[in-house]
This record gives sequence, C-alpha cells and structure tokens, in this order.
Amino acid sequence: MTYIGSSVKRVEDKRFITGQGNYTDDIVLPQMTYACMVRSPHAHAEIVSVDIAHAEQMDGVVKIFTGKDTDAAGIGGVPCGWQVDFKNGDTMKEPPHPLLVSDKARHAGDAVAMVIAETYAQAKDAAEMVMVEYNVLPAVTNAKVARADGAPQVHADVPNNLAFDWELGNPREEVDAAIAAAHHVTTLEFINQRVICNAIEPRSAIGHFDTAYDKYTLYTSTQNPHLIRLLLCAFVLGLPEHKVRVVGPDVGGGFGSKIFHYTEEALVIWGSNQIKRPIKWTAERRESFMTDAAGRDHITTAKMAFDKDGNVLALSADTYANMGAYLSTFAPAVPTYLHGTLLQGLYTTPLINVSVDAVFTNTTAVDAYRGAGRPEATYLLERLMDTAALEMGRDPAELRLQNFIAPFDGVEQEGYQTQVALQYDSGNYEPVLKRGLEMVGYEQFRADQKAAEGTGKLLGIGFSTYIEACGIAPSAVVGALGARAGLFESAQVQVHPTGKVSVYSGSHSHGQGHETSFAQVVADKMGIPMEDVEIIHGDSDAVAFGMGTYGSRSLAVGGSAIVKSIEKVLEKGAKIAAHLLEASVDDLDYAEGKWTVRGTDKSVAFGDVSLTAYVPHNYPEGLEPGLDFSSFYDPANFTYPFGCHICIVEIDTETGEVKIKRFIAVDDVGNVINPMIVDGQIHGGLAQGIGQAFCEGAIYDESGQLINGTYMDYVMPRADDLPSFEIDRTVTPCPHNPLGVKGAGEAGCIGSTPAVVNAVMDALKGYGIHDVEMPITSQKVWNIIHGS
Amino acid sequence: MKVPVSITVNGKQYDKMVEPRMLLVYFLREELALTGTHIGCDTSSCGACTIHLDGKALKSCTMLAVQANGKSVTTIEGMANGENLHPLQEGFHMEHGLQCGFCTPGMIMCAADILKNNPNPTEEEIRHGLEGNFCRCTGYHNIVKSIQYAANKMAS
Repeated sequence: MTYIGSSVKRVEDKRFITGQGNYTDDIVLPQMTYACMVRSPHAHAEIVSVDIAHAEQMDGVVKIFTGKDTDAAGIGGVPCGWQVDFKNGDTMKEPPHPLLVSDKARHAGDAVAMVIAETYAQAKDAAEMVMVEYNVLPAVTNAKVARADGAPQVHADVPNNLAFDWELGNPREEVDAAIAAAHHVTTLEFINQRVICNAIEPRSAIGHFDTAYDKYTLYTSTQNPHLIRLLLCAFVLGLPEHKVRVVGPDVGGGFGSKIFHYTEEALVIWGSNQIKRPIKWTAERRESFMTDAAGRDHITTAKMAFDKDGNVLALSADTYANMGAYLSTFAPAVPTYLHGTLLQGLYTTPLINVSVDAVFTNTTAVDAYRGAGRPEATYLLERLMDTAALEMGRDPAELRLQNFIAPFDGVEQEGYQTQVALQYDSGNYEPVLKRGLEMVGYEQFRADQKAAEGTGKLLGIGFSTYIEACGIAPSAVVGALGARAGLFESAQVQVHPTGKVSVYSGSHSHGQGHETSFAQVVADKMGIPMEDVEIIHGDSDAVAFGMGTYGSRSLAVGGSAIVKSIEKVLEKGAKIAAHLLEASVDDLDYAEGKWTVRGTDKSVAFGDVSLTAYVPHNYPEGLEPGLDFSSFYDPANFTYPFGCHICIVEIDTETGEVKIKRFIAVDDVGNVINPMIVDGQIHGGLAQGIGQAFCEGAIYDESGQLINGTYMDYVMPRADDLPSFEIDRTVTPCPHNPLGVKGAGEAGCIGSTPAVVNAVMDALKGYGIHDVEMPITSQKVWNIIHGS
Repeated sequence: MKVPVSITVNGKQYDKMVEPRMLLVYFLREELALTGTHIGCDTSSCGACTIHLDGKALKSCTMLAVQANGKSVTTIEGMANGENLHPLQEGFHMEHGLQCGFCTPGMIMCAADILKNNPNPTEEEIRHGLEGNFCRCTGYHNIVKSIQYAANKMAS
C-alpha cells in the first residue's frame, strides 16, 4: 500500500465541516460555574486595596478569589521551563508569575481577582464591581529603554530589568577585527516588532474537581496536555500527578501561543477544589491580546562583512529581546538557542558572534510564536544579504549562490558544523533557489521591472533563503542548554484482537491533521487499510505520556516514536506467525498485511496473528499474550528544513499601497507523508510571515497600554490582502529519523517575512533608503516616495 | 428579567425565555447547544459566528436574540441534507480548506452567501467576499479553492 506520499483527504474534517468539533468552550459540565478575571488596566501599578464586598453580594456570584487568597494558599505561580544563565555564570533572574497578583500589576491585563458566578454574564457584571485601588507607576515597554539606568523597575530584585545576557559563537574580538578589516560591511539596525499569535479560538480552560474520586480534570486549549499536567502538579499546585487528567480537546489553532502553561489553567483547577464545582474560563479577544504570550519583539544591530569578491567574512549581531513582564514557559530559549544558533544560515560565514540581552518590560510575556527565534534569525540574515547586494551592486540571487554551503547528505558526507553550535543534518541549497528563480521567471521580471519605470507603479523582487531547526533534541543536549524537560516523544500502538489498530500519540493536533498523516504512516508500515487505524491524542488519561506539538516536531519526533512501536509489533507478530506457519522467523517476509514463508505460498494474515495474540491457545512457548507496544523516541539531532521564498510587490506611487503580486516558495522539508497537508502548512505560515511584514504589529503607548488590542485595531491579513501562493519543493531526507522527515509547520512563517521587506526595498531602491520598519504600511511607503 | 423569544433554527421552532441582553450567538451556543457557531472576538471582526438569518449571512454576535424573534436561522449544523454534505462542506474537505476548523463554520456560511449572490465568482470576488472572516491557518489559499470547487459542483 502506498499511503505515504499521497494527498489523502483528512479524516478529521467531517466533524469540523458539520459543526461537531469539540473545542473547550463547547464543553458544558453539570453544576458548571463561569469565571471572569478582574484585570489591571494599568501596565505598572501597586495594588493598594481590593474591595470585593459589593461584588460578592451580586446576583449569581459563587465566590471571588484575590491574590491574598492564592498567597495564603502558598501558591507560588507558574514556572519557566527553560533556564539560560548569565554570561558570567550567575543564575537567570526568574521572578514569580503569580496566578493573581497581590502586590503589583506588571502589565496591563495582569489578573487581580477571579470572580466565579452561575453564568458568565453574572461573573462579568460582578467583576466590574470589584473595587481595586491602584498606585500607578511609570511603565516601560521597550527592551532597550528598559536596560537603561533609571528605567522603571519591573521587578524590584532584577537590576536594569536584565533577566540574563547570553553570547554564542567565535570570540567577539576576532569577529570585530574581521569586520573592521573587511572590504565591505553592511550594517542594519532594526526592530523585529512584536506580533500577536491570534489563534482564532480564544484560550479556554475548565477545571473540574471530582469529589467522588478526588480527581482533577483540566480541559484546556493547549498544544501540550502532558507538560501542562507536569507543571501544574510538580511546580504550581503540588498535586499528585496520577490524580490529574489534562485534556486538550479540539484546539482552534495554536501557533505557539497554546504551548505554555497559563495562570488561568491553574486558577480554575485550584478554584474548582475550593468551591467543589467545575469552573469554566474563556478569554474574550481583548484578554487574548493582553495575556496570550506574544512573539518576536527584538531590537537588533547586525553587521555582515564581505571581501571584494562578495564572500561573507564575518557576522555580528546584538539583540535586545523583550521578555515581557514574566518569563513564559519556553521564553528564554527563543532569542538564544532558537535564534543565535541559526545565524549561520545557508552560508559559509567563517566567523559569527551573537549576543542577547533578555529584558523585562511592563508588557505581556513574549514566547514562541510560529518559528520562534528562527524567523528573527532569518530576517536578520536575509535583510543583510539583500541590503549587501544592493550596496555592492551585486545580484541578490547570485550573492547567495556564491556563499551557499556545499551539498551534504549526512550519510556519505558528514553533517555541516556551524560556528554557532549546531550540526546541520543534510542540505542541498542551490536547487531551492534555482527552482525559485525558474518559477518566478527572473530575467523576464527584471525586464518587466524596468518597463514599469515611470508608469506610477514600482515593481520589486525580494529573496529569502532560510534554514531552520525543528524537532529539537536529544534530551541530554537540550538539557545542557537549559531545558527543564526532555524533548522526546512517546507512542503506543495497540493492536486489537480483530487486527484494528489504536495509536496513542503524545503529539497534539490543533490543525496539523495528525489523525490523517499519522494514520497514513501506520497503515503503510503495517500493510493494513487506513480505515483500520485510529489516532488518539490530547488526553492524559488515554495517552500515557507526551511532549506535545510545537517546533514542527510532531512527525519527526512523534511519528518516529510510532514507527518504533510498529517495529516492535511486527517483530512480535512475526514470532506468532512463525509458530502458526511452523516456520522460522528468519524465513518470513511481511508485506501487504501478511507474513509469507519465503518462496512458498504459505502465509498468515495480520488479523489472524492479532487474534492469536489475544486468544493464545496455539501459541509460541514463553511468549506473552497481546500485541501492544509503547515506545519513547529521543532523536539523535535536530532536523534542518530549508528553502527559498521570493516575493514580488507592486507599489502604487500615488497612494503608497503595496500589493503582493506573487509569492513563490520552494521548501525542502525532507520526505513528505501527505503533500496536501504539507502545502497547507506552508500556505498558513506564509500568510503569517507576510502579515508581519506588511500589516501586523503590537503598538504600546507610553503608559504601557496595548493600543491596538482588538481585531478592529490590530491588522491581520484578510483574504483579499493575499495572492494565491506558488509553491514547490525539493526533497533532501533527514538522515537520522526513520521517516526521513524534517518538519513543515513553521517554514512558511520563517522564510517569508524578509522576502516581502526585501521586495519593497528593491522596488524603492531609487529612493536612497536601505531599510524601512515593519509593518510596511502605505503611509510609510508614501512618505518615502514623497520625501516626507 | 427574561423575555420570551420564538426563533426557528435549522427548520425547528424554539420558544425560550432569554435575558434581553443575550446575543444571538449565545442563544445558539448556550440555549440550543448548537456549538458549531463559534466566538472568536468581541468586535464583530472575525466572522467565526457567521450564520444565516432569513437566508442572509450575518455575524450572530452583532444581533441580540430578541432581535431574531420570529425569524429563521440556519447554522452550520443545518447545512447538510442528512448524510449528504452541502457542496461547500464537500469543497472544504476536498480542497483542504480547513486546518484547525475553528473559523470553518463561519467561512462556509459566508461562502454560501457569496455563491447565492454570485454563483460563478472570480478569485478576486471570492477573496473580496471573505474579507469579513479571519482564518489564521490556511492563508486563505485553499479556502478560495474550496469555494471554487463548490461553485463548479453547484453549477453542474
């Protein structure tokens, strides 16, 4: 059978297209109550008093908790899951992130109280009557400003708001000396602005304490049920892990923002035991803007040095990374091990040094958002490349081709050792750029561009050739880098007596289509119809353990764990088959769902073997009954997808309007299980990456208010802002996992942003500017063209 | 104080007592347990709650339940004819027009309105027609193809 590689239609679609999806907010439990959070309207304010007396008397109010209650219960707050220490060895500053703040609000939206009532409307009514007296303090929202002496202090015990500083690569003096001596140096100072993930399903959590079994259940819109359970039990509430079930039911998009353990999850669980009733909390969109961990927010100075022939000699990068008010679950890893380590890019740069200051501000926490660090690294490198080409009068495609790392497959040729700690698994970079040039019709485009001069329309082309790192592992390595968790994955393959198969995966699907692509893998590897396979995920009572879905890891790590379990099933199955066929295991071949004695027509079907395993009357001596195996897969290395994105823009010189005319993406994500699903992942990533370039961006005012914190104000791409995408791929298999897959979830978002900005800069090259701050609005472009 | 409403939803009449401030989307989700209609924002910007009111697409968060009194509502749950999917539902499945599925009901309801008014829309007309609905997963690429699929199917 050949499910692998074919665009099988998704098995999960039926429930979603008929309105039968089951998202957290759809769940209603008997006796359920509803919570509304009282949130600080101020970005930075001491809490003088909280008066709940009147609110408590309102209709339907069941209970109101304040920070004094959680303090009295001894709850320390939600933890950070990654530790990056200072350059000098000092421990990372990790101030607590309380469930409810009692002393001080550190960002607008920090929760002060939780009001629980019979209906959400009643909870909201009463929340408005909770009287909080604040002593408003000056706020700081910009990471560079926050580092300065005299800046407002977000946490009293964190001097200059510095959570940690970090450096990686070749010695700085060597890099600086090479830059100083170079023929040409391109320098860019830029802001990679804060963007908001904006999954269309707002976060939601239901806490339920079942007094009959002394057991907690948390339903939550998470990418990561088992990790939430671990953090909740071991670090926040001190609950026995076997008495807590975490379910991530259908989840309406994550993009990173639903990886993390949030305060509301712990609050509804803790609260449900206090009131002995279930509590549901669902974010309003304004709360999503105020409390979902955001992405990016880097202020960077970067230099790339070249010799007279255009060879890259050295790269330096200095970044202020905004952490927000607290360290979110994986936040410290994002500007460091997911950003600095990617600055080799696709190029042979012999000297690289990167330094990062991770800084607290009075803003919502920043953590992984689709790509997480790798988009920032790609933006840095690819903006430098196109700018350097412009400055040196070189063609941007040729300049890249000249500096590409030579092909290596990771088998015959070793992996490529970078200057920034990573060893790339396999890569062949020229073909993606050459295919992109072919698709775009590069020579014709340059002719069209010239022809458009003076017509009131400016055409521009921008390139981005990126690499990223997915499926970060093995656990021992990430542990050495500061991860406080392993990054393996587990899977159980349970064969039922009738030969049907249930697969329990620790990966979590929230749009990625695991129920289809994982089933394709299982059906092919086991030689059975896909209809005989069901993929189960997202429930800690069903799936023994899991590390969840993020970092494009599900197939590379979770899929590999499934393959490992299948191998065990087939190995045991062969022993049973050999017994039934009165043959030696060594003489059997397994194909198309049956074991055959080689060179004969004697065979036994998979279903007969599975039945025998559970009705072991005629059975190999000493062999356990049953056909059911679990595996844990800890990868040997990261995987390294790469690709080439090319954008063509048209600018109206009268209005400054930027139109994306074409977007070409040639990605290499290793082997592909379901091309339709991979294409869909690329499309969605492209839209988000393009969105950052031309419309998205959080805007804080001086007092720390997010002034575009609604969908009326925060601009995200709509259908008529985007073209249909032109995509293709090359295939360079991953050499170190059994499926040869690399991961496709983030590629589109990583490569696309600089391609758009580079295209705008190419269109505007006659105007003597080398950079424009994202998002590139019509107003900014008009000002450039019209000289104001 | 609750007030009576009588609203026909997917062909069935419901008589309920509701708070005057209850939005139609909450009436559908909480009073009738029709949770296929979703809530994605507070500002009528995302389109996840799109339904049909007397045959026209409407964001059900922009209307009070009492305003729908005496009117007829169709939700995503009412789009299929028994086991037979609506051509748009089939189109979204065949062309991979959904990933997480959260915006999908609103997209399908909006698309049905587009095709009702313009059975053979161009790509540009489809994209323009969808501008009241956010999708964060698909980049809209396959949603456009899904609607084209349905338009072709409905024309044949």
